[in-house]
Amino acid sequence: MMKRIHAVATAAVLFTAATTTAQAGATFDAVKSKGFVQCGVSTGLAGFSSADDKGNWTGLDVDICRAVAAAVFGDAEKVKYTPLTAKERFTALQSGEIDMLSRNTTWTLTRDTSLGLNFAGVNYYDGQGFLVAKNLGVKSAMELDGASFCIQAGTTTELNLADYFRANKLSYTPITFDKSDETVKAFEAGRCDALTSDQSQLYALRIQLKNPESAMVLPEVISKEPLGPVVAQGDDEWFNVVRWSLFAMLNAEELGINSGNVDAMMESKDPNVRRVLGLEGIKGSGLGLDDAWAANIIRGVGNYAEAFERNVGMGSPLKIARGQNALWNKGGLQYAPPIR
Amino acid sequence: MAEPRQQECAPAQAAFWRRPAFRAALFQTLLVLALCLVGYSLFTNTLNNLEQRGISTGFGFLSQEAGFGILQSLIDYNETHSYGRTFFVGLLNTLLVSALGIALATLIGFVMGVARLSGNWLVARIATVYIETFRNIPLLLQIMFWYFAVLQPLPRPKQSLSFGEAFFLNNRGFYIPGPVFEQGFWLVGVAFALAVVAVVILARWARRRQEATGRQFHTVFVSLGLLLGLPLLAFLVMGMPMSWEYPALKGFNFRGGMVIIPELAALLLALSIYTGAFIAEAVRSGILAVSHGQTEAAYALGLRPGVTLRLVIIPQALRVIIPQLTSQYLNLTKNSSLATAIGYPDLVAVFAGTTLNQTGQAVEVIAMTMAVYLTISLSISLFMNWYNKRKQLVER
Ligand SMILES: N[C@@H](CCC(=O)N[C@@H](CS)C(=O)NCC(=O)O)C(=O)O
Repeated sequence: MMKRIHAVATAAVLFTAATTTAQAGATFDAVKSKGFVQCGVSTGLAGFSSADDKGNWTGLDVDICRAVAAAVFGDAEKVKYTPLTAKERFTALQSGEIDMLSRNTTWTLTRDTSLGLNFAGVNYYDGQGFLVAKNLGVKSAMELDGASFCIQAGTTTELNLADYFRANKLSYTPITFDKSDETVKAFEAGRCDALTSDQSQLYALRIQLKNPESAMVLPEVISKEPLGPVVAQGDDEWFNVVRWSLFAMLNAEELGINSGNVDAMMESKDPNVRRVLGLEGIKGSGLGLDDAWAANIIRGVGNYAEAFERNVGMGSPLKIARGQNALWNKGGLQYAPPIR
Repeated sequence: MAEPRQQECAPAQAAFWRRPAFRAALFQTLLVLALCLVGYSLFTNTLNNLEQRGISTGFGFLSQEAGFGILQSLIDYNETHSYGRTFFVGLLNTLLVSALGIALATLIGFVMGVARLSGNWLVARIATVYIETFRNIPLLLQIMFWYFAVLQPLPRPKQSLSFGEAFFLNNRGFYIPGPVFEQGFWLVGVAFALAVVAVVILARWARRRQEATGRQFHTVFVSLGLLLGLPLLAFLVMGMPMSWEYPALKGFNFRGGMVIIPELAALLLALSIYTGAFIAEAVRSGILAVSHGQTEAAYALGLRPGVTLRLVIIPQALRVIIPQLTSQYLNLTKNSSLATAIGYPDLVAVFAGTTLNQTGQAVEVIAMTMAVYLTISLSISLFMNWYNKRKQLVER
């Protein structure tokens, strides 16, 4: 099934590349005229993008899709989701099958340039780690010489693993799967000694194990994985909409505006708050959106802190601390340019 | 110089543009030109558009460093090799599983096809159940089943099942001793090649003698003797220039020797059992297509059932079986690309998977991959057509 989707997506790239011509503003116009955002997400990764049994998607990455829909349509529900494996995701974006990709995707030079993509920002600062069975008796990644690793195809994980073992002159065996459930199943069946991926995903995959207590995440982080939403090159207006939807959530957190107090904040005298809420300054005109675009995001999705806590933080089963993902003025890396 | 006069006598010829032969040629040329034009414009348009969208094009990426590891490689490979090399690693893995799969599926198919027609009730029933079960379950499911059915019950490396301290079985694979060739081993290879030539000559001679005089010669035993004996002799003469490297548990895993990974085992098992069921049906239909009179005639001549099957039935049945066999071989090769589901590093998983994703060059990578499958399929077809021609009824 997923093979067929991949083949279809690839054929679609070939076909669209062969027949159509790219034009500026095309994606944004198409989104407005069809009335929803087609958003590429993972096939199921708790906390970031996963669907419940009724097909409702939730997660930190899903909230970016919803924020964009709220900014464009004033309604966070106007999103359709396309679940994609790591291997399929870029082809889907290049072929125009999806309008944006929000699927724990690492920002790298190659992807930003030769793949014809643009990263709109970083919604989660991550790094690659290792998940091992407790009874393996390993305390550090340096003890993993000669071990086998279950990994997912088409990820930066594949490259980092090779780099790390080469740099440390250790040997390793990669076993590469297409989907995260297969990766997890093989790990549980003991095919590999460790599962390696971005640390946040390891926490998410760990709670999917039959017995989460039997496995632990090693302390080492071997790479930088800035994860963020991506759009195809060639439509700068659309790129701005996606990028500033994320920035609006961060600015809202910084200014203390959240989904509970957004209406009360309309009375605020603080010019920074008033600019975010579209009461003064450039409002929505720069982005070609309604003046209430940011207010709609905050009302429909919440600010960054709300999205974080609800999906991956203390309000979720993952219980990930803010750490590097705290705001810049609270000791973290999350920093959004001002809305003015 | 009598020609002009002859033409005068012939009925007046139509103008050249009205002649059917000319018209046919004209339209065919036009069609080819139009196709070329469409092809060319698709090609240039694709390049233009890819460039406009900022997607890299060209085959330059093939010489860039790949930077990722691959589970199984028949040639020397590590992450510092190029993307071009990942193409060959994947290709060889595809060829390996396809070739082994074709051999195994043919064996299973012939045994089960004949068994289904057996007079023994139990044997025939077992074959029927096998065919009906495996033909009707989706292949992907079977691959997953064998993979996890093979993996789950096997022990971890530290508790490996050991066979004579030389063979080890665990959930990382089946570890076997690997041969280490020393100086002088070449003579064994030469001896084997000589034996093969000798066997071919012997078989020809035996056949000609049988056709001429009717006397049979037991080529099988002599051939086996030659094939084993000559290399063995060379081996002893050169002072046994080979030793075995035994796998040994070091750290997490066994190292040294050779390993058959569970992904290969599961894929091979699933492909050959699945395709074997179809081949069995082809074999059965081929045998049933040979009229029963043939069997009776053979028995009347005093041939035993085994000999009848081998010399009378099968050669005639092959005419029906081979075309179906060809399409099953093609299916098996193409189905081997389901490997990606269980992490077997075939061409689709490695090259059309990871390499495509890391470089983003979908058009080039997919074009190369399609070209490979087309080439493999056409080669199988050509070979089987040639074989089919040879097996056609030769009328004397
Ligand atoms: N950050 C990595 C992606 C890592 C990745 O895809 N991780 C797996 C976890 S094993 C995943 O999210 N899988 C979910 C899916 O395939 O739907 C990259 O951009 O290459």
